[in-house]
Amino acid sequence: MFSTSLSVNDLLYLLEGAWVTLQLTVWSILLGTLAGLLFGLLRALLPRASLPLAWLLDVFRSVPLLIQFVLFNSLKSIVGLNLSAFAVGCIVLGVYAAAYFTEIVRGGVLAVPLSTRRASRSLGLSYGQDLRFIVLPIATRVAFPGWLNLVLGVMKDTALVMWIGIVELLRASQTIVTRIQEPLLVLCIAGLIYYVMSLVVARLGARLERRWQEND
Amino acid sequence: MIEIENVHKSFGDLEVVKGVSLTVDKGEVVSIIGGSGSGKSTLLMCINGLEPIQKGCIRVDGIEVHDRATDLNRLRQKIGIVFQQWNAFPHLTVLENVMLAPRKVLGKSRQDAEALAVKQLEHVGLGDKLKAFPSKLSGGQQQRMAIARALAMSPDYMLFDEATSALDPQLVGEVLDTMRMLAEDGMTMVLVTHEIRFARDVSDRVAFFCNGRVHEIGPPDQVIGNPVQPETAAFLKSVK
Repeated sequence: MFSTSLSVNDLLYLLEGAWVTLQLTVWSILLGTLAGLLFGLLRALLPRASLPLAWLLDVFRSVPLLIQFVLFNSLKSIVGLNLSAFAVGCIVLGVYAAAYFTEIVRGGVLAVPLSTRRASRSLGLSYGQDLRFIVLPIATRVAFPGWLNLVLGVMKDTALVMWIGIVELLRASQTIVTRIQEPLLVLCIAGLIYYVMSLVVARLGARLERRWQEND
Repeated sequence: MIEIENVHKSFGDLEVVKGVSLTVDKGEVVSIIGGSGSGKSTLLMCINGLEPIQKGCIRVDGIEVHDRATDLNRLRQKIGIVFQQWNAFPHLTVLENVMLAPRKVLGKSRQDAEALAVKQLEHVGLGDKLKAFPSKLSGGQQQRMAIARALAMSPDYMLFDEATSALDPQLVGEVLDTMRMLAEDGMTMVLVTHEIRFARDVSDRVAFFCNGRVHEIGPPDQVIGNPVQPETAAFLKSVK
């Protein structure tokens, strides 16, 4: 009743694609988190001085990711940068994630009540100590759910890198579909792999949040 | 000694403190009473440099608070302040709340800071809440924790900014008792308060603020018991 041409090798090919997806996600989130943290702090603590930064980041938040991939890939060729397609993918996704994460961090820092910061300063803590021991730990708890959303979003946005020639999970599934002509089955399997990867991230995040909530 | 000389303080165009002079001697308890917006709380924030001033001068032990050369972080170590909102650090346990500043500002070791924090917390009756997080505490307990947190820095002065105003009525007493205990220990205190009876009991002097100025000042029995100024009498009548 049910027969398929999908082979074990095809499955392995899909898993290889999933591995590329994971790597892209990890590197771009790493880049996006570090840059977003820095930019977000600047935006929250020096709002006026960092206004030009906000305008720049707005561009990356507003232009569709696909256009950013293609444009940056072309720019790379025009300027003659010696970057692999994978690196291009990481950079574009990383900057995109940074643009979003900047706003998440800014929101987190601004969520710390001014009166709480006054209390810490009144105890003699310096500006830097107040940031490190009071503002950042509280802001982290506020910003974390947003960050987790971003990770899950970026994991799926990595699918767009197939347009610049990288074989990740979605591209791998397309290749198999072209050969065996069973799109429903193959897309279901690819979707399931995405789902499992997201589920693991979401569960880990939920566990961390629960631990925080038990406390505060 | 806290010396306040002709201090003016504005927020934008709005002048809230209009030339206040006041001296608080060592060991003295001075209460500041007055209506909302009379500048009492603002003045308190100026004393430890949380708010800048536009004119005049505030000296604590001879050190000018708003002088650019003053190391405010150092000065604030000897001026404890307790706020209307308790301002607990929500991500730290009660013990950690109190330990933080002694460790990071005074550079005490973990053991020393912990011993100090436990002592202060027991002093305010929170010896059994050391490992609890502030969210599990009542308002009164959080406020007592805030007092312990300030006391852990061994301040020479304690400022209270309407410390009981945000509390449920049945919790006010425990915080006032803690404050009374401090006053009896000889702490130099400035209280901004609406608890008129409490102010009368513990204060050496009471200052009535009106429109950003000290309208009347003197011993509590005089200012509260037998005010000279009609505004003072009207205010006292309105809060009773």
